[in-house]
Amino acid sequence: MASYSTNEFRSGLKVMLDNDPHAIIENEFVKPGKGQAFNRVKLKNLRTGRVIDKTFKSGESIEAADVIDTEMQYLYSDGEFFHFMTPDTFEQYAAEPVIIGDAGQWLKEQDICLVTLWNNSPLVVAPPNFVELKIVQTDPGLRGDTAQGGVKPATLETGAVVRVPLFVEEGEVIKVDTRTGEYVSRARD
Amino acid sequence: MEWRPTAGLDVLATRAHLLELTRDFFSAGGVMEVQTPALVSSSCPDPNIPSIVATPHGGRTMFLHTSPEHAMKRMLCAGSGDIYQIAPVFRDGEAGRHHNPEFTLIEWYRTGYDRQAMAAETVVLIKTLLQREAVVEQITYADAFLRHADIDPHSATVDDLAAACGRNDIARPESVPATRDAWLDLLLTSVVVPAFNADKIYVLYDYPASQAALARVRDTTPAVAERFEVFYGGLELANGFHELSDATEQRKRFLSEQARYAITGRTTPPVDERLLQALEHGLPDCAGVALGFDRVVMLAAGRNSLSEVLAFPYDRA
Repeated sequence: MASYSTNEFRSGLKVMLDNDPHAIIENEFVKPGKGQAFNRVKLKNLRTGRVIDKTFKSGESIEAADVIDTEMQYLYSDGEFFHFMTPDTFEQYAAEPVIIGDAGQWLKEQDICLVTLWNNSPLVVAPPNFVELKIVQTDPGLRGDTAQGGVKPATLETGAVVRVPLFVEEGEVIKVDTRTGEYVSRARD
Repeated sequence: MEWRPTAGLDVLATRAHLLELTRDFFSAGGVMEVQTPALVSSSCPDPNIPSIVATPHGGRTMFLHTSPEHAMKRMLCAGSGDIYQIAPVFRDGEAGRHHNPEFTLIEWYRTGYDRQAMAAETVVLIKTLLQREAVVEQITYADAFLRHADIDPHSATVDDLAAACGRNDIARPESVPATRDAWLDLLLTSVVVPAFNADKIYVLYDYPASQAALARVRDTTPAVAERFEVFYGGLELANGFHELSDATEQRKRFLSEQARYAITGRTTPPVDERLLQALEHGLPDCAGVALGFDRVVMLAAGRNSLSEVLAFPYDRA
C-alpha cells in the first residue's frame, strides 16, 4: 500500500485516516529550533465533508487514499442515480444523490464535471466552475428600476434559483458561478 | 522549469544591506569574522537536528554542519577571543513557511559574557538589523507556560501535558511523542509562542535542564539550563547558551543524544572528539548565540515566508 511521509504533505494530497479518504487542506511544519518537529494539518473528510485538525510527528507516514480526480460527462439522472461517463473510455459511473449533494442544482446534461473516484466509485462530484443555464421562470423586470442595481429571483432549467439583474428575462440563458451561486452575465450568442 | 529567484530584487538588496549592517555591528564591537568548514567529520548528535550525510567520492562519511558551533568553540579554546560567523547551515527534513533545509545563521561568541549579557546583545543586534524599536519582555520558560498554557513545565507529567494540549484544542499527535520534552515542544510551538504579542521581542530563558543542549545547567530547584531564545512575536529568531565548558559533562550529553539518534535509524554522527579535546584544553568562560538571518530578513522586508527572502529556496535550489 502506498504511503506518504509528512515531508511529502501538501494541500490536495489524498490520504486515509480512520478508514475514510481525506484531502489535505493545509499543512504547517512547526518545530522549535532544538526540539521535536510536528506537522499540524487541516484535512477534509471526502466522504462526509467534515474538516478536522490533526498533528503528526514529522517523519511519520500515512496511507495514501486510492482516490483519483477524473473529468466526466454528466449524462442524466434516472431519479435514483446520477450517471456519468468518462469521454475517452465511455466507462459509466452511477452516483447516489447523497454524493451529488448541492452540485445537483448545477448539473446540465453533457456538461463536464470533476468526479473524484474512491475504490472506483464516485466520492465527490464538482460541477464546472461556470455553467450556462436557461431561465425557466422570472418576473418581468420593471423599466427604469435598474439604477439601484436591483435584483430578482430567477428559476433555472435545473431547478436552481439565482438572483439576476432586473433586465434579464425569462427564456434567456445566463452564466452562473457555481462556487458562489451568483449570476455572472448573460450567456454570449 | 522556473529559473528565476523567488525573492524580489528589492528583498535581495535588503538582504545585502543587512549583511553589511551585521559586519559593521561586529566590527564596531571588536568581534572577528571567521569561517569554518560546512563539510565536517562530526556533527550535532541531537536527533531533533538531523544532519545531512554528504560523503565525498572515495572518502569517509561526512556531514553538512547543522551549525558552526563545534568548530567555533575549538577556535575559542585555541585563544581566538570573540568571534562571529555568517554561515550557511543544513538541517535535514526542515521545510515549511519558516524553514528551509539550508539556511543562514549568524553565530557569535563573547568571552566573559553570561546568559543575560548575551541575550541583551542579541536583542540589540536584532533591533539594529530591523531598524525598529520594540518592547522587550524577559520571561522564564516556566512563566510562559503558566501564563499561556496554564501548566508548570517543570513538574507536569506526560499525562498533564497531553491534557493541556487537549484543553488548548491541539489535536493529539497520531503517534504520541515518546518523551516529555516532545510534549513540551508541541505546547511551546502550538500554544505558548502563538500567544506572544506580535509586536514585542521576547527573551525566553531558564529552559528545562533536559533541554540544555550545550548550555550550562544551574543547580537550582528545579535545575534549569542557562539557555535563552529570542522571539519576535511568535517567530523564533535566536538560541543562545552560557556555554558548557566541562568536557566530561559534554561527553555524557553527546553519548545520550547519540543513543537517541541511533534509534531513528539515520547515520549517526560520531562523538566530536576534537571538540572534547579542545574543551579539556579549556574553553574560556563565554556565551554564544545563533541568530536565524533569513528570518530577520523576512521581518525587515515585511514578508511572511522564507521563500520570499531566499533567492533560491530548496525546491528551486
